[in-house]
Amino acid sequence: MSINITIKNAVKKYGDTVIIPDLSLEIKEGEFFTLLGPSGCGKTTLLRMIAGFNSIEGGDFYFNDTRINNLDPAKRNIGMVFQNYAIFPHMTVRGNVAYGLKNRKLPKEEIQARTDEFLKLVRMTEYADRMPERLSGGQQQRVALARALAIHPDVLLMDEPLSNLDAKLRVEMREVIREIQRNIGITTVYVTHDQEEAMAVSDRIAVMSGGVIQQVGTPRQLYQRPSNLFVATFIGHTNVLNGRLYRNGDESGILVSNAKIPMNNLDRNAGEQPVAVSIRPEEFVITDKGDGVLRGVVEHSTFLGLNTHYQVRLQTGEKIEIVQESSIDDTIATGAEVSLGIKTGKINVFAEGGAVSLIDGGVPS
Amino acid sequence: MTEIRRRPLDLWQAVSIAIMLIYVLFLIIPLFSILKESVVTPDGEFSLQYFAKFFGEAYYLRTILNSFKQSLATTFFALLIGTPLAYLNSFFEIRGRSVMQILIVISSMSAPFVGAYSWILLLGRSGLITKFMWDVFRIEMPDIYGFGGVVLVLTLQLYPLVFMYVSGALKNIDNSLIEASQNLGVGPFKRFFQIIMPLSLTSILASAMLVFRRALADFGTPLLIGEGYRTFPVEIYKQYVGESSQNHSFAAAISVIAILITTIVFAVQKIASNKFSYKINALYSIERKKAKGLLNAVIHLYSYLVVLIGIMPQVYLIYCSFRKTNAFGNFVDGYSLDSYKRAWSFVRTALPNTLMIGGIAIATVVLLSILIAYLVVRRPNALNNIIDTTSMLPYIIPGSVVGIALVITFSSGPMILTGTIAIMIIAMCIRRIPYTIRSSVAILQQIPITTEEASISLGASKLKTFFKITTPMMASGIVSGAILSWVTILTELSASIMLYSAKSQTLTLSVYVFISRGTDGAACAVATILTAFTVLSLAIFMKVSGKRDIIL
Repeated sequence: MSINITIKNAVKKYGDTVIIPDLSLEIKEGEFFTLLGPSGCGKTTLLRMIAGFNSIEGGDFYFNDTRINNLDPAKRNIGMVFQNYAIFPHMTVRGNVAYGLKNRKLPKEEIQARTDEFLKLVRMTEYADRMPERLSGGQQQRVALARALAIHPDVLLMDEPLSNLDAKLRVEMREVIREIQRNIGITTVYVTHDQEEAMAVSDRIAVMSGGVIQQVGTPRQLYQRPSNLFVATFIGHTNVLNGRLYRNGDESGILVSNAKIPMNNLDRNAGEQPVAVSIRPEEFVITDKGDGVLRGVVEHSTFLGLNTHYQVRLQTGEKIEIVQESSIDDTIATGAEVSLGIKTGKINVFAEGGAVSLIDGGVPS
Repeated sequence: MTEIRRRPLDLWQAVSIAIMLIYVLFLIIPLFSILKESVVTPDGEFSLQYFAKFFGEAYYLRTILNSFKQSLATTFFALLIGTPLAYLNSFFEIRGRSVMQILIVISSMSAPFVGAYSWILLLGRSGLITKFMWDVFRIEMPDIYGFGGVVLVLTLQLYPLVFMYVSGALKNIDNSLIEASQNLGVGPFKRFFQIIMPLSLTSILASAMLVFRRALADFGTPLLIGEGYRTFPVEIYKQYVGESSQNHSFAAAISVIAILITTIVFAVQKIASNKFSYKINALYSIERKKAKGLLNAVIHLYSYLVVLIGIMPQVYLIYCSFRKTNAFGNFVDGYSLDSYKRAWSFVRTALPNTLMIGGIAIATVVLLSILIAYLVVRRPNALNNIIDTTSMLPYIIPGSVVGIALVITFSSGPMILTGTIAIMIIAMCIRRIPYTIRSSVAILQQIPITTEEASISLGASKLKTFFKITTPMMASGIVSGAILSWVTILTELSASIMLYSAKSQTLTLSVYVFISRGTDGAACAVATILTAFTVLSLAIFMKVSGKRDIIL
């Protein structure tokens, strides 16, 4: 049985320090929902409030219609996976997975059957009788996942479950997690600081900073139409240029680096004002015909196989990063003058300070 | 919308309160009793006359001076012997190293007064070596009694602490530090003084402080071998037991002064250890090299000599236990098991007593330590912080003072415990509990809290989590610590000598009683049994913990 989670005006304080000032959130049934943000943004704190390991200083937490603020963590029916796996070192793999089932006083046969089922699900059947110290990190994490899921929890909570694994295993395990979550259809709240990981596994992501949710959306929405400059810079790489929004009769656009760039998706209500323009490295086009809108000099290039990265100094002195698909024999020499086009439909414009997007509308999810 | 409430009653708060009550009853009240006793005259009036007496007479002041003299000298010699031994043992291959290490540990584990007694048998007025030297060479050996003897015995008893601490520190110096200094062109001599010395200084200081405190509080050695050389723990005992006249109030006053002194020493140690501490950890320990030629011979000679002299008292006692004795228990030529037969009447009650007192005390200490560690680490609050501080109090209270405090408190009033086995158990618990708590706290701090949270999220209650997850994870570390506590309880004298009765005699006390009666053979026999138990316990410790080094 899966549930939806509603958080209304949550407050978290440690003494006088406010970690989360006022946070509301709706997590849908069966959804893979990720809390993403830099360390110290309050994402783990929020997760632990849902789990019941952190006290709640204000607001209401609901599982479906049940308020859980004062419910004992042992009774919330939550499956939790921890960053350090938190495998019980004095029990076998089977003992770990069966632990939650024994606490529920299930009949022996059912415990056995369910333990087997979930060990099989995470492909750990052959290690069932091993002690945890003889397992690798990835295997321990699989056991932790099986242990959390075996109790048929209403919610699966995962706190940076992959951050202790090496890069290759991280990619492999996130596929495993995603696949199992989809098969079971359990509401999942996942915490990570790794935006690529978040993009890879999530249905929706909440980007957090300073205890405040900056934006909630699908990976595509966050990347393509970030609602503020923080999200734009935190998700993926981007170049931020200072500019000005101009209006000239029906025409509107932005002025950056001495160039006038007309745009057709700016917020109708936004008047002329200073702006911050976010242009991702792949939203530039280097042209050799001199028909671009900006001019610059290549300072450095890095060939990375599929793509080549260029560091370009604009005429006004600003340095930008550009990514182009590599093709045979075309790496542009250092010191070469280049002309740059911009894919204006993709770039994002924010009011000065970066808090408000001046782009009209978003992308469908 | 429905709401589910958490139960308001928390079991752990009840545990906190229970533990606090135990401390109040068996530690705080006894300490206050001793303080009260020291400032109240038999007529029930407040008076500082006992303190005035202590500070007014040169004789009593000298006991403190003597204690410091004995501790300083012991610390100096223990460092002088133990530090080089640790360095040599860590940097050079020495044949039979593991046997050597075990012998060093064993020599530190016997009761100090047993060592003193053995040295009297060897070097005393009618000692083996004394007689031999006189008969054969007409050489008069220097007097073993007094200051020299005390320092000799304590040094040989306590140098193993220096050895173990410094060896531990050297083990944590990463070989790459040596290689880096080599790489930077620093020769072996300079390297020793610039890298190795500073990095092991913390441990040298820590061990020096420990040796100092042990020597300061030791009671059996100066009692036995000191003769006219009186130290304050002996003075407390003499005043309390009173060969000529008993003076409980005066004993209490000296106890209060003793606590003040040990508190100052403890504070100095704290400050020093905070100032000079590095955190180092080695991935690869320094490799031992094989020394060549003369150096190799000197290294081996030195190491073997120190270890052999250290273990000699115990070996000699074992030997003596099999010698024939006359009707008075004095040695005559030939061998027999008479001493064991003679000792049997004592051992018959002392052995079960020892096992019972030690067993119950250890079980209590372990249980309380686990609970207190959990409260302190996982549930810090005002009350638990007070418990934490209180539980460290026994660190600074000399054993004999623990004994007197308990006697004063529980010889009258609603709870009369004097002469019972219970009061012995309480004393042992008080003496050992700070050590076990410290190690339990350290172990629990290593266990990530998420392991317990995982258990709770899987539906286990907090109590169930504590018993099923926390306790088993702490167990192995605590059990090995408990075995070491067990050994020290086996050989405890200073508190138990104040508390024992015919009913609650222990093996260690039996040795003491036999010695004071002059029945040498039986004393040796019981000491041998005690050594056997110690060695057995150490063997179990090594088996359980899988390690060879022991830090008490």
